[in-house]
Amino acid sequence: MPEFIQNFELTAWWILAIKLIVVLTVVPVGALAGGYALHKVMAHLQHRLGPMYAGGFHGWAQTLADGIKFVLKEDIIPEKADKPVFKYAPAIIFIPILLLYLVIPVDRRLIVQDLDVGLFYLLAVSSIPAIGILMAGWSSANKYALIGALRSAAQLIAYELPIVLSAATVAMLAGTLSVVGIVEAQDWPFLFWPPGIGLIAFIIFFAGSVAEMNLPPFDMPVAESEIITGAFTEYSGMRFIFGYFFAETAHMIAFSGLAVTFFLGGYRPIVPWEPLTVIPGIVWFMLKLFVMVFLYLWVRPTFPRLREDQLQKFAWKGLIPGSLGLILVAGAWILYAPEWLWH
Amino acid sequence: MPEGYFGQYFTIAIFIVAGVVLVLGTFALAKLLSPFQPHTEKLTTYESGIDPIGTGWSQANVRYYIFALLFVIFDVEAIFLFPWAVVFERLGTQAFVEMVIFIGILTLALLYAIKKKVLEWL
Repeated sequence: MPEFIQNFELTAWWILAIKLIVVLTVVPVGALAGGYALHKVMAHLQHRLGPMYAGGFHGWAQTLADGIKFVLKEDIIPEKADKPVFKYAPAIIFIPILLLYLVIPVDRRLIVQDLDVGLFYLLAVSSIPAIGILMAGWSSANKYALIGALRSAAQLIAYELPIVLSAATVAMLAGTLSVVGIVEAQDWPFLFWPPGIGLIAFIIFFAGSVAEMNLPPFDMPVAESEIITGAFTEYSGMRFIFGYFFAETAHMIAFSGLAVTFFLGGYRPIVPWEPLTVIPGIVWFMLKLFVMVFLYLWVRPTFPRLREDQLQKFAWKGLIPGSLGLILVAGAWILYAPEWLWH
Repeated sequence: MPEGYFGQYFTIAIFIVAGVVLVLGTFALAKLLSPFQPHTEKLTTYESGIDPIGTGWSQANVRYYIFALLFVIFDVEAIFLFPWAVVFERLGTQAFVEMVIFIGILTLALLYAIKKKVLEWL
């Protein structure tokens, strides 16, 4: 046996290195798989087959081939663009999405870093990509891009609040801001119990996250039939991938992970039934994650795109008052519901 | 490796660096592999094939100025909400009533904005 392996000691630095390797593999591979799921699920929902050739079996290598194609594409930077901002805006969009993955617990001990204020961290980090989109749109010096970026900013302003307020409801129910603590507080997933409160919080969170990621039906900022791809009109090659394609699927998977953690009981069984605990936590987490990703993909071809005024109205007159009321209802439930109901 | 409170964020900092390296590394790889043949037509601003008129940094109607102001108010509220959400179960009815008043005042402001029709996107 080589001396290196004999003397090997699993120090904190080695653990950090392993975490780095795992996350930097899982996020891009997950984004590729998510892209493939996007093609396939949407195709089948629309009675099409989707990609069938690349790789042989049901076109499994389609997104991989797309990725290679995009690496080989010419990187066109328009003459009038604000070049430094234009070049690095995709990084501002993608890196915060990568950071979202760090505090999602895949199993009880399988988490990159359990922060004391994990929930707060998640909300803070998840709103940074919008700045990147604004940078991309403004620096392109393109009218479509500018309109797309401004729409994106307006959408963030409207839909950040429902996400934050529904997350506050979760924090109240769990009594902690630690993400692992939130999962541990869910003997029943919050989706089922307390009755109605968790479900409504989940629906508000879901609508808000769809809007924050600019996915249909809230995809006004990238509406391709009106303003091409909004803020990413001028982008090509790898910058387009990191700003738009990768960001979209990686963001979708990250938000699915958040929804699983906040509302579906994370790595714990979906109902607190003793035999179900035999199944490992990671399996539960992945199953729930697939369900959530499918939900995001299901919404896409199902609903028509909202108009900008409808979108604002829905947020300001529907979701925000609704989530404020929900906080009070949840508070009343926690303080005044009889003990035998609560536990 | 730092321990304790800052140790938690040390990991995050390392991952920020790793993210920068990942993105910039891929950009560098793409630069090595991709062709580079710019010419005037290719570098003009793309506006559906028509030559662009004027600059792209045109004036835009910032309709959502009031929305943005309201957003700031409610986002600050959220900062107060989270510490409260964690401890209010221990503090009991008093803390709950205080939050009802707090949210009530903000809801009143929202209702006022709706009544004034500043939340109409025209």
